[in-house]
Amino acid sequence: MLLVVALAPGLIGLVRKVKARLTRRRGAPILQPYRDIARLMRKEAVLAENASWLFRATPYLVFAATWVAAALVPTFATGLQFSWTADLIAIVALLGSARFFLALAGMDIGTSFGGLGASREMMIASVAEPAMLLTVFSIALVAGSTQLSTVAQVMAMPEVGLRVSLGMALVALVIVAIAENARIPVDNPATHLELTMVHEAMVLEYSGRHLAMIEIAAALKLLLYVSLIACIFWPWGTAREEAGVGAMAFGALAYLAKVATAGVALGVLETAIAKMRVFRVPDFLGAALMLGLLGTLLLFVSRSL
Amino acid sequence: MPDLRDLIDISAWNFRTGPLPERQASRADWERVGDALERGSVTLLGLWAGAGCVRLALFASGTRHVGLLSYRTDDSFPSLGRHCAAAQRPERAIRDLYGLVPEGAPDMRPWLDHGRWRMEQPLGTPRPAPPAEPYRFLTAEGDSLHQVPVGPVHAGIIEPGHFRFTAQGETVVRLEERLGYVHKGIEGLMRGVSLDRGAAIAGRTSGDSTVAYAWAFAQAVEAALAMAVPPRALHLRALMAELERLANHLGDIGAICNDAAFAMMLAQCGALRETVLRAADAAFGHRLMRDRIVPGGVAQDLSPEGAAEIRAVMADIGRRFPALVELYDNTASLLDRTVGTGRLAPDLAAAFGAGGFVGRASGRDFDTRRALPYAPYDALTFDVPVRNDGDVNARIWIRIEEVRQSLGLIAQIVDTLPGGEVRTDANLPGSARSGLGLVEGFRGDVLVWVALDPDGQISACHLRDPSWFQWPLLEAVIEGNIIADFPLCNKSFNCSYSGHDL
Repeated sequence: MLLVVALAPGLIGLVRKVKARLTRRRGAPILQPYRDIARLMRKEAVLAENASWLFRATPYLVFAATWVAAALVPTFATGLQFSWTADLIAIVALLGSARFFLALAGMDIGTSFGGLGASREMMIASVAEPAMLLTVFSIALVAGSTQLSTVAQVMAMPEVGLRVSLGMALVALVIVAIAENARIPVDNPATHLELTMVHEAMVLEYSGRHLAMIEIAAALKLLLYVSLIACIFWPWGTAREEAGVGAMAFGALAYLAKVATAGVALGVLETAIAKMRVFRVPDFLGAALMLGLLGTLLLFVSRSL
Repeated sequence: MPDLRDLIDISAWNFRTGPLPERQASRADWERVGDALERGSVTLLGLWAGAGCVRLALFASGTRHVGLLSYRTDDSFPSLGRHCAAAQRPERAIRDLYGLVPEGAPDMRPWLDHGRWRMEQPLGTPRPAPPAEPYRFLTAEGDSLHQVPVGPVHAGIIEPGHFRFTAQGETVVRLEERLGYVHKGIEGLMRGVSLDRGAAIAGRTSGDSTVAYAWAFAQAVEAALAMAVPPRALHLRALMAELERLANHLGDIGAICNDAAFAMMLAQCGALRETVLRAADAAFGHRLMRDRIVPGGVAQDLSPEGAAEIRAVMADIGRRFPALVELYDNTASLLDRTVGTGRLAPDLAAAFGAGGFVGRASGRDFDTRRALPYAPYDALTFDVPVRNDGDVNARIWIRIEEVRQSLGLIAQIVDTLPGGEVRTDANLPGSARSGLGLVEGFRGDVLVWVALDPDGQISACHLRDPSWFQWPLLEAVIEGNIIADFPLCNKSFNCSYSGHDL
């Protein structure tokens, strides 16, 4: 559980570094996000006069919900401490409630940008969440469980093999991950243009430790999706529950390699494409929804697909 | 036969080589101008005030002639804004600065005066200001409309300006700009200063167009004094102007793409822009070439090493730029954002007389270098690219074409650079005179009108930025687009705040 918090800002730093190197800049060190968070923690939190308790509570709620969700995803070993408590559907619900509070907080201050961001975020979420759930269903149908530890163990077995439905689920999940984490082409995490922001517009009014909480939560969410995709579709190297220290260590190294690969891939993708128009985003996510739906339907038609 | 031939009678050759004839306009003339503007048969080049008069510069396309009228008044003048929307903001600025009231103007709200000067009409007869009334933005009525105020302070390092959006969901119903936050009082600063000081102030009106402003100012002074400038100095001025155009266009192409979150173009174009600036620094001793153009010539000669440096850098850009054009043209996700976004109708561009890439992307075939030619461009070969689609994509392509033209022009200038002196001294006018300067900056035509005392001091000066006739079009362009596309449209216009706010 602590591991994910410790690792999450590093992934953000890695993506930024890759993007900087690809655009011929030297870039900030990979450790910069840790320093940023430490700096924000020390700084005073400025609140708008008309901010309600909701605005103050939201950063902690968002952080807590995202952290719990991230802790439910197996990283380098299955058999997590908390894996008995919740499954994939609970993860989706936790992330959904985090987003709900963030959108409320965005509107709480009453600035136009907060409202603009909240409405865009909700438009994206209304398509992204069903797509995510459908993906979960098709995975659960293959694995026979929505418990992630079980899923990861099933997926690691050779008899699962290549399946059309899993391929569709992978593409759908990647699209959802990009949209949910406010990456290009859906949102631009590096922009200063208030008018084009989605996620950033909602958190514009936050500062100090509140902003630090939200930044960690955002980093955690990115790591969560990377871990999720790695654990379901690329379980190679993941240590089993009863494995020894050696296997655990190997699993940890494999996990780090997977996360680094995903970070580099994300950086390359973000450099290669431009952001899409806001109203194109539902089309983009609609593709994910359809893929998730098709994957599930295919599984109903034939178990072997 | 074009309208107002009797009023638009100063040929480019005449105003470029000698002082302006003073022509008083009667009220009837003024009304005729209004009618002609409404019909669109003439284009407004500038509208400004002086002590006890309002002045007007007109251009009739296809004639190579301009007209300059002054209407004598101490309190009010017939509004041209009734007939021509392009005149409305200049009239509001005249009222703020000089207190001359445009009769029957459709919009009487202040423009540059935000009620923070502690006086009214600072350039007319100043008087203490009454408490400022709140600025009334134009309204838009309808179901589920909401307002989004943006600025004047923005998140990036850009100039200040306020944008008031009225939107229905994401779709913009109305945008209203409010400018004037960087008013520096340049017209007031120009009064009674020497030519050197005037040249320095002119070069600081808008930092990215410092060469164009300094050149236009020098042209105006030289015309007023009927000075002959050495040919080498003229070539060096053109060289600086093309370097400035090149640097700004390269920066703009990258910045527009960056607003669509395509950082690669910004990085690559930024690197090219930097090489241009460094070459300018090596050749002329200043990255932006500020204070290099002075009345009478240029302040610094180009050394053979400097010329070699420029040649090398241009060859390098000529090699690297085509790959970037290809990258732009082959990135479908980027074209998806720029094609069809922010379309400016050709009739609007013509009605406002929009210069530069804004006009040329919307079918207005006007480039001062060709329409009202000045040395040394009359001896150089270049094309003026024009498109009719008028969207963000078109404005990028006009810039790309102009980069190519500038590369060609720079090569020609360096190859044909004449020898000789680069500066002559200004003679005393002996009588009060005025002159006009018109230079194609990277944004469009920069107009400078200057009046000199008999002893060679500046008695009045007006500098008109091309943005005066581009900012209002931005309001029209964004209508019906979505809010999130505004930064893209805005960047593709890239209007000057500083030059406009004066």
